[in-house]
Amino acid sequence: MTNSPKTKALTGAQAVAQAMRQINPDVVSVFPITPQTAIMMQFSQFHADGLVETELVRVESEHSAMSCCVGASAAGARAMTATASAGLALMWEILGVASGLRLPIIMPVVNRALSAPINIHGDHSDAMGARDQGWIQIFCENGQEAYENTMLAVKLAEHKDVMLPVMVCQDGFITSHGVQNVNLFEDKVVKKFVGDYEPKKWLLNTDDPVTYGPLQLQDYYFETQKQRADAMLASKKIYLEIGKELSKITGSNYPLFEEYKLKDAEAVIVVMSSTAGNTKVVIDKMRAEGKKVGLLKPKLFRPFPYTEIAKALANKKYVAVLDRSENYGANAPLFGEIKNALFDSVVCGDKDVCVPKLKSYIFGLGGRNIFESDIEDVFDVLLSDNFDNKVGYIGLRGEEK
Amino acid sequence: MNYKELVNKPQKFAPGHRSCAGCGFPPIVRTVLASTDDPIVAACATGCLEVTSTIYPFTSWGIPFIHNAFENSAATISGVEAAYNALKRKGRIPKNKKIKFVAFGGDGGTYDIGLQSLSGALERGHDFTYILYDNEAYMNTGIQRSSSTPFGASTTTAPAGKVHQGKEEWKKDIMQIVTAHHIPYVAQASVHNPIDLSMKAEKALNTPGPAFLVVLQPCTLGWRYHPSMTIDMAKMAVESNFWPLYEVENGKYKLNYKPSKAIPIVDYLKPQGRFKHLFKPENKHLLDEMQKKVNERWDELVKKCE
Repeated sequence: MTNSPKTKALTGAQAVAQAMRQINPDVVSVFPITPQTAIMMQFSQFHADGLVETELVRVESEHSAMSCCVGASAAGARAMTATASAGLALMWEILGVASGLRLPIIMPVVNRALSAPINIHGDHSDAMGARDQGWIQIFCENGQEAYENTMLAVKLAEHKDVMLPVMVCQDGFITSHGVQNVNLFEDKVVKKFVGDYEPKKWLLNTDDPVTYGPLQLQDYYFETQKQRADAMLASKKIYLEIGKELSKITGSNYPLFEEYKLKDAEAVIVVMSSTAGNTKVVIDKMRAEGKKVGLLKPKLFRPFPYTEIAKALANKKYVAVLDRSENYGANAPLFGEIKNALFDSVVCGDKDVCVPKLKSYIFGLGGRNIFESDIEDVFDVLLSDNFDNKVGYIGLRGEEK
Repeated sequence: MNYKELVNKPQKFAPGHRSCAGCGFPPIVRTVLASTDDPIVAACATGCLEVTSTIYPFTSWGIPFIHNAFENSAATISGVEAAYNALKRKGRIPKNKKIKFVAFGGDGGTYDIGLQSLSGALERGHDFTYILYDNEAYMNTGIQRSSSTPFGASTTTAPAGKVHQGKEEWKKDIMQIVTAHHIPYVAQASVHNPIDLSMKAEKALNTPGPAFLVVLQPCTLGWRYHPSMTIDMAKMAVESNFWPLYEVENGKYKLNYKPSKAIPIVDYLKPQGRFKHLFKPENKHLLDEMQKKVNERWDELVKKCE
């Protein structure tokens, strides 16, 4: 590493709050929701201690938190907020406004189950419910990733060819409240990396008035949506470029997805966020037993790297996709994307891709624990070559292993 | 400001927008924007004003403008004002540059779906002026009842019929709700009196902290009167004591206009198609109830202004 970091014992939430302190956003809107609150409590303390120059707006709902960010960002400020679960759901309408107006808002999301029944623990149903609102979504395995991706997100969002908001997701409680060693880089290094936000058209530039959020009818709306879709696709390449730049500071890599002992694997688990960490431990153990198992951990969920993932899974015999959210009456979100990726490649005549035998699993809803033995069981099922295409439910009461 | 000064102010809301003939809000917007020489940034809730003035690729707004959604005009301007404070502190905006912040909303976007957002912004004390153009129903979607719709009015979601006679509840008192936030300036104005309106807008805009101004905006389609009568309708609302002109400055109530002799409420209701059914003989008691309520509310207000 080119810059020696300070290692601190931090929760994922604290790690993100540290990133926010170093980014020193112009405007941050604050509203509590478990388990996100830990981020904003820490950031508010930084504010109270004068460690940031941020204008803190303690709004009366998440709907207003995002609305305030939209106003601030359009005004020319670097704006951030953070949320989880019901808060993200309440913002849903304004998420689309933020991306539709091409505002580079940054939002750490601490993934938590949605009601009902009410449940405060980690799963991905909140972010999956918002996946089609034109936000870039980056999923993080641990506090370190959440810390680094928050910085990366700022540059990505504000890139002239992107200009889209970004969610940086971490698992509720597991990551947000679990204490880990986190390497913090020097304030001035981070500050230099993120740079200043230089908006092109901003409300506070009163000499050059701009109308944000006009009415577009049948004659223009379509083109605007296409531009947003194009920017989303373009962001994949820019994410990689900015990742390379960040590597120079952190020494880490920022691929679209992480491969762990994937190259020669016969049986692969695809899983995001903290569970990927557990899976690595299981892989090491099973590899020692001579079993060819591996992991593919998507980091960028929007835009989704279809072709790249299809190539990485080419010629694997078995793939299990583990989703931490339901998709009632449809393929689970991550499973559906993996299946799409493979299908596209085959239809397009990519001879290098031979579709593996797939199995979809749902796990961890409402924070239900997943154990290393569960992950090992999944690999064993794959390697047995004796499984159907029904959805498996890991750790569900009454479900056979 | 007198009429001459007012009309000679630079035009910040351009003609060519697509509001109805006889619409009451363009003169409200023009008067408010003419009431300061400082640069203004405006936010606007979804509604008639926004959809008729910003049809892409055109805009009537000669000032920076943002429309976000229906229920969050106040939260949006909060963000703009917060950005102003932050960027000023960081030196990206000159320290001596003054900007005024205005949020517009209709009655649906203010009394109903945007009430929480408004309350939050008032409580937080942002330096902005909220302008409520009150046309007493969801006009943009086709004349549906709002909590601002007056008792007895027929709307498309509370129509007059064989059993029900239009709205059966009284109009919400937004002035009391806003005043309860103890913000420095709260006022009620009417589009027919631009001198009073611009005096109030000027005060509101120059008041540090939040200020609120509700302006009655007769709606030719929703109220069902001839488009030439918009200003007359607003005037009758005031002359009947249905819509008193008053202000609450640092908690002190002041009546700005007292009709020498109030006209009966029926004179105000009669030209409006939305109240037509009330004039059937069997509905006379409803008109009586309305007159009674107007008198009660007026007396309450006069007491507060003493």
